Amino acid sequence: MALPPLTLLWVVPALPLAGFVVNGALAFVAPGAKRAVSLVGVGVLVLAFAAAALAVLELAQLHAAAPLVVRYWDWLPVGDLQVAFALQLDQLSAVMILVVTGVGALIHLFSVGYMHDDAGYARYFAYLNLFVFFMLTLVLGASFPVMFVGWEGVGLCSYLLIGFWFTEKINADAGKKAFIVNRIGDFGFLVAMMLIFWHTGSLDFMTVFPKATTTFAAGGPVVTAITLFLFLGCTGKSAQIPLYVWLPDAMQGPTPVSALIHAATMVTAGVYLVARCGALFALAPVGSATVAGVGALTALFAATIALKQWDIKRVLAYSTVSQLGYMFLGVGTGAYAAGIFHLTTHAFFKALLFLGSGSVIHAMHRAYHATHAHDDAQDMRNMGGLARYMPWTATLMWIATLAIAGIPPLAGFFSKDEILGAAFARGAAQPAWYVFWGMGLAAALLTAFYMTRLMLYTFHGPNRTGDREREQLHEAPPLMTAPLVVLGVLTLLGGALNIPLLFGGGARLEHWLAPVTDVGVAPAAEASPATEWALVVSAVLVAVLGLVAALRLLKPETLVPARLAPPERGLGRLLWNKWYVDELYDAIVVRPVMWLSREVLWKVVDVRVVDGLLVNGTAAASRAVGWVGSRLQTGEVGVYVVLFVVGVIAVVGAVVR
Amino acid sequence: MLLEPALTVSGVLFALGVLGVLLRRNAIVIFMCVELMLNAANLAFVAFAQQLGVAGQIFVFFVMAVAAAEAAVGLAIILAVYRHRRTVDLQNINLLKG
Repeated sequence: MALPPLTLLWVVPALPLAGFVVNGALAFVAPGAKRAVSLVGVGVLVLAFAAAALAVLELAQLHAAAPLVVRYWDWLPVGDLQVAFALQLDQLSAVMILVVTGVGALIHLFSVGYMHDDAGYARYFAYLNLFVFFMLTLVLGASFPVMFVGWEGVGLCSYLLIGFWFTEKINADAGKKAFIVNRIGDFGFLVAMMLIFWHTGSLDFMTVFPKATTTFAAGGPVVTAITLFLFLGCTGKSAQIPLYVWLPDAMQGPTPVSALIHAATMVTAGVYLVARCGALFALAPVGSATVAGVGALTALFAATIALKQWDIKRVLAYSTVSQLGYMFLGVGTGAYAAGIFHLTTHAFFKALLFLGSGSVIHAMHRAYHATHAHDDAQDMRNMGGLARYMPWTATLMWIATLAIAGIPPLAGFFSKDEILGAAFARGAAQPAWYVFWGMGLAAALLTAFYMTRLMLYTFHGPNRTGDREREQLHEAPPLMTAPLVVLGVLTLLGGALNIPLLFGGGARLEHWLAPVTDVGVAPAAEASPATEWALVVSAVLVAVLGLVAALRLLKPETLVPARLAPPERGLGRLLWNKWYVDELYDAIVVRPVMWLSREVLWKVVDVRVVDGLLVNGTAAASRAVGWVGSRLQTGEVGVYVVLFVVGVIAVVGAVVR
Repeated sequence: MLLEPALTVSGVLFALGVLGVLLRRNAIVIFMCVELMLNAANLAFVAFAQQLGVAGQIFVFFVMAVAAAEAAVGLAIILAVYRHRRTVDLQNINLLKG
């Protein structure tokens, strides 16, 4: 090959960017040209996936131990700060770009059917393409600033797409909430970035990480602060406690957006960041423990909320928060391969679940639209028995449910089991991890329960949609079910990526990622095969227990449609209200800030100081000086002459002396 | 030679001009007093030229040329004011004020 390796890496992000430009132009010029928009929107993603696959193949053939960095131009040459716009492909970003472009292409395809009748079709695909561009910049960036550009860019696209139907205030508010909450996390990212530059003098991954062990004292305050600030960024982007609150609200966006941005790709950016900065987290035990602890807590906490949600997408949203918690438990434990593995499998089955729910909502929406009813198309109390009308969707979603619950041999079983195993193994050295493991296991039980609940209420039991609407319920068109089928296959077989040694597999993903995840820390002592088997069996038992409990305890027959449903009581009410966390944040953060803004910043600082003192004060002062000056203009020539002579005498006197 | 008496005369003429400008109200008289000050300056130039070279004498010609131009413009203004207001008393000409 004549070209040096990976010269054409820029093509991968450039393709979706080109798609954004074309679709963005079409949105203004010819919003009705749906055929062209679909062709461009989906086409660039398919091509980007092909380009990414070629790049990864090239990387695999090179057997490179070090990442391949391709510099394009000098971006920020400011004194000691030299930042080039450079992309970097290594084994970790290889996995990420394949997931982003692959799952992204499927979701784009699904969107063609789902958004077909929407007036903002071209705008939708423009945003979606732009999102993929920024996501690829994020995972391919070779330095913190380039990554930050992608990081901010995906946040922007997330905002635009959550508020896609911005004519309804609730949607616009949800977008704003996501944006503002993410700002808090981004502040952490920025502070971490500056600390890193301050201490290492560079922001390139390839300079910072090799230097880390010599620059930072292991467990020292600096590296701990850096990792904690980085993790603050992750909690924002990846919806962890305390900043997870925006993700459930983000479900106001179109369902394929929830699948792509708020389940499969963007929200995993934090996991990617922690894995990328493994060299730093390895030096900061406090930072790692925080990551793992917050991850485990989030996994459990979000799972409890998911137990009592009625909106099908909200259940999935809390499930996503919970699964992201698992990933952080994995990467915080140092099991980066396990975390990334779960990220990948989660992208498959959660995208499948979201697209499946999208197909359900699509059918429900059409049914209500046909009869001009105004019932909630997303409320599970209005569904029930949909398996009869949508067999494909039901079957595929059951596969994903079993996968997320951790039933072998589906994808989720292997990845979740690996994270729990790693956490348990670390417990031997640091007992805190036993607690994290226990929380993870409890979350697994709840996961199996709430997912089965979702499936039971949606697809089984009697139908509660309404008598006239029932006749309108149909399976989604093939264009929408095809991506579901592909994701279903990936969910079935995704576990094969990384079958652990215990089951006679090759742990291939782990070997593939080894050059990146090997950060010079000895892994926790391997547990004995007997312990490992015990862990596996307990995890499976817990999953089965959750499933069976849901099947036995929940009675879909007793449900009534949403508008007839009585209010919740007791613990159910607490969970239905999401532990009142939003109300708590509202009381301790939002209201004080609003009060400060309204009563102090607006009424005092803006009105009195800025407008009154500075703006009007300047005008009044000018007018006063002008008034004094105008008194001298008497019109009497004699007065002028006197002043003139006095002035001349003064000047001459000054010069002569 | 004669420097000191010449400068004295020049100073007296200049002071008379200034006083005239300050104290008189008729525009024509004020105008003539301005001319007086210019010529007082001319006298000083000529007196100094005896010692400091011919430049002072050359300067006098410039001053006379400027004075001629000034007279033309100034008299024209005064004439215009008189036509308009039927007076050249400065106390009555005070419309331009702030």
